[in-house]
Amino acid sequence: MTFLQFVEGPLFYVAAAIFVVGVVYRLIGILRLGGERDLARPNGSATGGAILTVLRHFVPRRTFWRGSSFHFVAGYAFHLGLFVLLLLAAPHVAFLQERVLGFGWPVLPHWAFILTAEVAFAGLIMLWVRRFVDPVQKLISTSGDYAATILTFLVMLTGCLALQESHVALRATHMVFVDIWLIYFPFSRLIHTFTFFFSRAQTGATYGRRGAKL
Amino acid sequence: MSSDNKAQIAVDKFLQFTDGEVASFFEACVHCGECAEACHFYMATKDPKYTPTYKLFPMVKAYKREKAPLHSIRKMFGLLPPAVTEDELREWETLVYDSCTMCGRCTMVCPMGIDIAGTIRKMREGYAAADIVPDGLKRSVDFVEKTGSPMGVTSKALLAQVKHQEKETGIKIEVDKQGADYMAILSSMEIMGYPEIIGAYAKIFQKAGVSWTISSKAYEATNVGVQIGSGPLAKEIVTRVVDAAEELGVKYVISPECGHAYGAIRWAGPNMVGRPFKFEVVHIIELLDQLRRDGKIPAGAKDGRKMTLHDPCQIIRRGGLLKEPRRLLDESCADFVEMENAGLGNLCCGGGGGVSANPRAAELQNAAFGCKADQLNAIDGLEAVVVPCANCRTVFEEGLEEREIYNLEVLGLGELVAETLKDIEQAEG
Repeated sequence: MTFLQFVEGPLFYVAAAIFVVGVVYRLIGILRLGGERDLARPNGSATGGAILTVLRHFVPRRTFWRGSSFHFVAGYAFHLGLFVLLLLAAPHVAFLQERVLGFGWPVLPHWAFILTAEVAFAGLIMLWVRRFVDPVQKLISTSGDYAATILTFLVMLTGCLALQESHVALRATHMVFVDIWLIYFPFSRLIHTFTFFFSRAQTGATYGRRGAKL
Repeated sequence: MSSDNKAQIAVDKFLQFTDGEVASFFEACVHCGECAEACHFYMATKDPKYTPTYKLFPMVKAYKREKAPLHSIRKMFGLLPPAVTEDELREWETLVYDSCTMCGRCTMVCPMGIDIAGTIRKMREGYAAADIVPDGLKRSVDFVEKTGSPMGVTSKALLAQVKHQEKETGIKIEVDKQGADYMAILSSMEIMGYPEIIGAYAKIFQKAGVSWTISSKAYEATNVGVQIGSGPLAKEIVTRVVDAAEELGVKYVISPECGHAYGAIRWAGPNMVGRPFKFEVVHIIELLDQLRRDGKIPAGAKDGRKMTLHDPCQIIRRGGLLKEPRRLLDESCADFVEMENAGLGNLCCGGGGGVSANPRAAELQNAAFGCKADQLNAIDGLEAVVVPCANCRTVFEEGLEEREIYNLEVLGLGELVAETLKDIEQAEG
């Protein structure tokens, strides 16, 4: 077995399993901490509030637009870019088709890939730099924030290097970082991919019962 | 109490209060720092330590170290934060008590929608249990234990104010009236500082034909237990009101123009007592709005001054009563203008959540009020501001005094409604 075969074969499957099991375990663990039933007479719908807050916090309110615009632009550039690359890059679709799903879907043309990658990189670098430039973010950022950012950056960088598929070593390097990223994910800040939903829904439910639209 | 003990007591409470909701918050925060932009303490000082999510750090650490799912695996790789120490808790004390009014504005800007205000409330449980609390709040607690009121207002003092208001209005106010429909509770600040609100209730309820009373046993609405973070004390204060209301057999308890008092009895109350009440809690603004819409208190001549409304955080943003005060104002004043960011996005006065009861925080409170003062100053020719919370109102009066702004009247909503009732002589503007 070559190194490439190892990192996209057994190691990948192990990493993917750790990712899935770890994420599910952590999310269930959070939910299992539970809470007490609210006995106050409601003045609105908890479910309605939860849905509203989950949706509403995708976009900053006008009141905070000025302060939020940097993170709004950089955040969406990075996250949307990343999802597009993850799901629509030709090698990713081919890999998932061969190894995991057995079926594929239309992919991005090469120029669109390059454009998306540039947008995603710009977003990620903006978010990263702000962490150590902005006094507030500098104070509150932890090593975990940097680790998650740097690891994601390396996954993306090696991914672009591997794009031409000219060298086996480049593809293998990308896969190594992907495997590390998958293994690290459930233990890290990257879990916000899923917990943002819990957090917004909890607040929305609490305040929805009160008839308040937070 | 040894030092380790204090830290352990606080941490135990932190962990006890970290339920699924709080854990979701801690697991979602990505340290983007947007919350700073919404916090009046940060806005006024530009000091990064006032970033709301930073105020939660000791509680987050305790959770990550001892309760978070997968923490034992993280431990194997040395990825856990160090234990929370007493020194650290003391360092954070001013962040938890002096620089958070639990106004909830940060939640609005948070991409994750984290309820930092509600979590600070829970974090204070740890601080109160470990007795790491500001002296000012401790003094309020002492007063509550002795007299039932944080300002030491005795039932004698209340009855004297009631008598005085009866004389002023010529309306009989029945105390401890068995079987009344409504029981009004008041904040200390109202009883001592703005007793005319009692007269306003008398006028409005007489006009509306509402049967109401005040209990001589449970008249205090302020809940210092909620402010300092003592669940048992908060429960004791709420229980006193619940017992009196159920003894008198009232159908409703009227929560006064006081922010935290409303949250304490309306939203937290039944959960503290462990059962739904046998009566309903209504906020005075809700009740006035209802009476107005039922046609029982028609509005007369409007107050002609240029007025704006301050939205008390616990009543509007965290209480859901957004439209009610505006509907009342539309019918009570001729020239109503909104402040910038009015409604849900309003700025806190700077003195809520126990901050105004904590003299150590006075300077910071005054700085935070500066943001509010700027909003008031931005309205040309403003003559009055309606502040439907007695605590905010005191903060306004002090803050305006500090800035030598004397041409702006601060008034309560109940009084304004009483003064602009139909058939009642218009108060002089």
